[in-house]
Amino acid sequence: MTVRFTLNGSPVTVEVLGSRRLLDVLREDLRLTGTKEGCGEGECGACSVLIDGQVVNSCLVAVGQVERCEVVTVEGLATGGELSPLQRAFVERGAAQCGICTPGMLLAAHALLRENPRPSADDVRVGLAGNLCRCTGYTKIIEAVLACRT
Amino acid sequence: MTGRARYTDDLIVPGAWYGRTIRSTIARGAIRAITFDPAFDWSRVVVVTAEDIPGENVVQLIRDDQPALAEREVRHQEEPILLLAAPDRATLDEAARAVHIDYAPAAAVLALESATDTYTTIEIIKGDVDAALPGAEAVVERTFRVGLQEQLYIEPQGAIAFPHTGLGPGDRGPGVTVIGSLQCPYYVHRALKRCLGLPDAQVVVIQAETGGGFGGKEEYPSLVAIHAALLARKAGRPVRLIYDRHEDLTATTKRHPGVITHRTGVRRDGTLLAQDIEIVLDGGAYCTLTPVVLSRAAIHAAGPYGCPNVRIRARAVATNTPPNGAFRGFGAPQSLFAAELMVEHVAERLGVPSLDLRRKWMLGVGDTTATGQKLTESVSADLVLAAALKAAPPVRPSALPPVRRGRGVSLVFHGSGFTGSGEKKLAGTIAVECVREGEFRILTASTEIGQGTNTIFCQIAADTLGVALEQVTLAPQDTSLVPDSGPTVASRTAMIVGGLIHDAARELRDRLGARQRPPLRVEKTYVQPDTIHWDDQIYRGDAYPVYAWACTIADVEVDTDTGEVRVTDLVTAVDCGRAIHPVMAEGQIEGGSLQAVGWATIEEIKMRDGRYLNDRLATYLIPTTLDAPRIRTILIENPYSRGPFGAKGIGELPMDGPAPAVIAAIHDATGAWIDEVPATPEKVLEALHGKRETRNGMRK
Amino acid sequence: MPHVTYLRPRDVADAVRLLAEHPDCRPLAGGTDVMVMLHAGAIRPGGLLDLWQLGELKGIRRADGTLEIGAAEPYSGIIASALVREHLPALVDAARTIGAAQIQNRGTLGGNLANASPAGDTLPVLLAADAVVVTDRRAIPVAEFFTGYRKTALHAGELIVAVRFPLDGRVIRFRKVGTRAAQAISKVVLAVSRVPARVAVGSVAEVPLRAPRAEAALAAGDAAGAVAAIAADIRPIDDVRSTAAYRRAVTENVLRRLLDDAVRGAQ
Repeated sequence: MTVRFTLNGSPVTVEVLGSRRLLDVLREDLRLTGTKEGCGEGECGACSVLIDGQVVNSCLVAVGQVERCEVVTVEGLATGGELSPLQRAFVERGAAQCGICTPGMLLAAHALLRENPRPSADDVRVGLAGNLCRCTGYTKIIEAVLACRT
Repeated sequence: MTGRARYTDDLIVPGAWYGRTIRSTIARGAIRAITFDPAFDWSRVVVVTAEDIPGENVVQLIRDDQPALAEREVRHQEEPILLLAAPDRATLDEAARAVHIDYAPAAAVLALESATDTYTTIEIIKGDVDAALPGAEAVVERTFRVGLQEQLYIEPQGAIAFPHTGLGPGDRGPGVTVIGSLQCPYYVHRALKRCLGLPDAQVVVIQAETGGGFGGKEEYPSLVAIHAALLARKAGRPVRLIYDRHEDLTATTKRHPGVITHRTGVRRDGTLLAQDIEIVLDGGAYCTLTPVVLSRAAIHAAGPYGCPNVRIRARAVATNTPPNGAFRGFGAPQSLFAAELMVEHVAERLGVPSLDLRRKWMLGVGDTTATGQKLTESVSADLVLAAALKAAPPVRPSALPPVRRGRGVSLVFHGSGFTGSGEKKLAGTIAVECVREGEFRILTASTEIGQGTNTIFCQIAADTLGVALEQVTLAPQDTSLVPDSGPTVASRTAMIVGGLIHDAARELRDRLGARQRPPLRVEKTYVQPDTIHWDDQIYRGDAYPVYAWACTIADVEVDTDTGEVRVTDLVTAVDCGRAIHPVMAEGQIEGGSLQAVGWATIEEIKMRDGRYLNDRLATYLIPTTLDAPRIRTILIENPYSRGPFGAKGIGELPMDGPAPAVIAAIHDATGAWIDEVPATPEKVLEALHGKRETRNGMRK
Repeated sequence: MPHVTYLRPRDVADAVRLLAEHPDCRPLAGGTDVMVMLHAGAIRPGGLLDLWQLGELKGIRRADGTLEIGAAEPYSGIIASALVREHLPALVDAARTIGAAQIQNRGTLGGNLANASPAGDTLPVLLAADAVVVTDRRAIPVAEFFTGYRKTALHAGELIVAVRFPLDGRVIRFRKVGTRAAQAISKVVLAVSRVPARVAVGSVAEVPLRAPRAEAALAAGDAAGAVAAIAADIRPIDDVRSTAAYRRAVTENVLRRLLDDAVRGAQ
């Protein structure tokens, strides 16, 4: 079937089986491999993307479901080669170690800050609870998000 | 950060097929027959069995007991038997369903207690325990248990193999190149050469961006790489062998579970007279790195304390469970857990604060360890203890029922680098080059797995050369380019390999200063200082060049209705010698500490018939942001004279301290002892009930 | 993955028609259960019938003295709803314990009901509230909805449209016990109302259930009796997540605590 949606600000059209996972279509058909697969069952958040501004696990979304939606992946966060403030804060504060959870973590943080521009540390913990990280103990990730409060 | 970093599964390889491993579904038995359903067209896929292995059917490590593919017998669930590759996943699924393996099952040994085969034993003797114990005024005996733990790097294992056709431009003859998620390129290189029967130059191993390792990508990637390479060579095209999480959880190595018993004799005034310690670790079905894990467990078993009479008897046994292997801490977290809780039990018996005993017993400069190593420098037990206590938040007032609050403390040390003469045998080599004017390059096989190696190496070189960080780059981790600097394990990378880079950069600086012109290359190989003496036979001497030290204070809340434990705050003071990059050092400590909190509280693996039941991320749970304590890290710098700028290794140290501190805190909160990790809510609730009965409703 | 057709109906009537034409289709809302099972090969439906974007299945409204929540309204909508917060705060509490942001943005009451997991986190709240499951053809009291392990009273081709909660001012207290603070499947999950007497428990039997003996004691004003009686109402098992003994003990402890809190709250 034909699925049309907006991806990182640009319209895309894909000819796919609508029941395929959005994750696979992003990685394999559209070659955007910034979105990672960590578990395939919605537990780790490595495949997080934004759909209409909300953070979701792309391994649990059938691609047919994003018809006419706005999808944002990690590749859409930096604009014109400039890192976003959140990406800069992650780099500066050592919030990324091995980097595999970082794309999903950034998207969850973006969604959180969009909904709540001045979150408390506890709010950040709640907002990022769906994204597992095994390297950092989360401390520097939480610090980086708090540094981006407006 | 931008999504551009390419991990193994991100690599687009035109024409590559997909690989799959067919594994044992029993714990032990003979393979009677492998049958291929004739209804499936087998010309559509490639099948590899043990018969297709051109070299030796063995995974090169310590012993040659583990085959790359089982031939006649299987020794554990999920043991690899056969490999498949197909052009697409649907065909691969179909083929996998069309393979039938018929077994003659045999009785399996599934528990450490019933094991009869031993991989290795170690005895460490200092003084005379048997003579000292009768003179003790109190002898305390306890047995501790530690459970399996999965490394749970967020990127599962994976490798892509490219067969050399011998025809392509720059091709090195009929060999193979493997790109994968791995910690130790030269381990994989050696394993491939041996199994494929290829010479050095025909095997190339390249590390892709690697999404976490924690030891789990020390030895296991050799197996993945061998499998991918066998498939690729038979298929005559690249093959990608990427595990999904389920396969990774069921089949790959875990932290060794074990049982540790202490008998400690003291005088009434708390003087430590004797430590009699027995360690049994479960190695699983194949040896892997078990002897080395046991060695580190044994050497750390007495804790950071000075005792005149010590006997440590350690053995690793074989069972029919999937092989256990390297995991951050490498045996030390297991034995230090027991050692630290033993301090608590002795203190309870004597009716004194455990801190008093720690202060009385802890090692200082001039003291000797259990192996008889005289500590001469960078000994910081007192410093880290004082710093952690000073930084700990005020004890919070008691909470409303059913919640109880408590605090626990632990003091640990961790040997930096390989054990004994390991570094001497390893002879890690690196090079630093001045490529052209103002442009420098480091060549090392030490890998970045998230711990900051790349930044730290460049910083050591830049600081030594007196140039800007941007002027130094790292050569890719490709065995055809970089020398063998040894594996990226054992908290050795910053200290040992970083030290070599420091030396090489210094020589390069001097040569440039003497007006030599680029290109220049300085190669350095590790030479053990002649002051280090170690006897492998009797386990006496300088077990490690130096130790790093840590004190951890854990605050917990225990729900007495449910046994749930929340670690609210963790303060940890760490002596790292010198923090080359403080933010990264903190990151290592915070990450390791949370991994240890997970091991202490919720990370549990249950087994049935030798198969792990916690085989998905929905059942093997690691801490989330909401489970993670507030972690406060204090870096103490007590330099080590031979480390680069004084640095010591701290990669593993944070795994050692939190578990005993958490268990001690649970006791402080509830009065119940759980001499076991993980202290799951089930065990905590059971302990609370047991306590209610024995103490007749009295609570602390 | 085998070939699975994807169907996108225009509205609920179209969905019901498509489901009748393609009985091997599986309704799909937020995908938090179906997509996991599909990828793991645990289900092999002929197709997916996507209900996610149907406006008729969204929304939260008051109607005839009830609170009605669309079957495909995500948990994040329930958490954000002033109406639910006011009238059914226990459902907000339950929704907050489900997964984390990613799951709350996609998971739905309709999905929780249709999946009929004994561990479904919202289900005890629905039971304690005497909720009614509204389908395209009838209304089913939730107490009659779960008929066996992952089995429901839904007929072939029947679609859940909404869930209705009576607004009778009852106070429901909720507690989930999982292994960790987020992203955990429950080991025991309870929802309790004192008046009327409702004790609903999940993860302690093959279905989420109401505890008749405990409710009878509670209705007679005997809270201690309710705690003592509940052991006979539940049938917990040992599994990968917990043990029968733990589930039994925790069900009693948490029920005691929730009833104590209810008394304290009423004072």
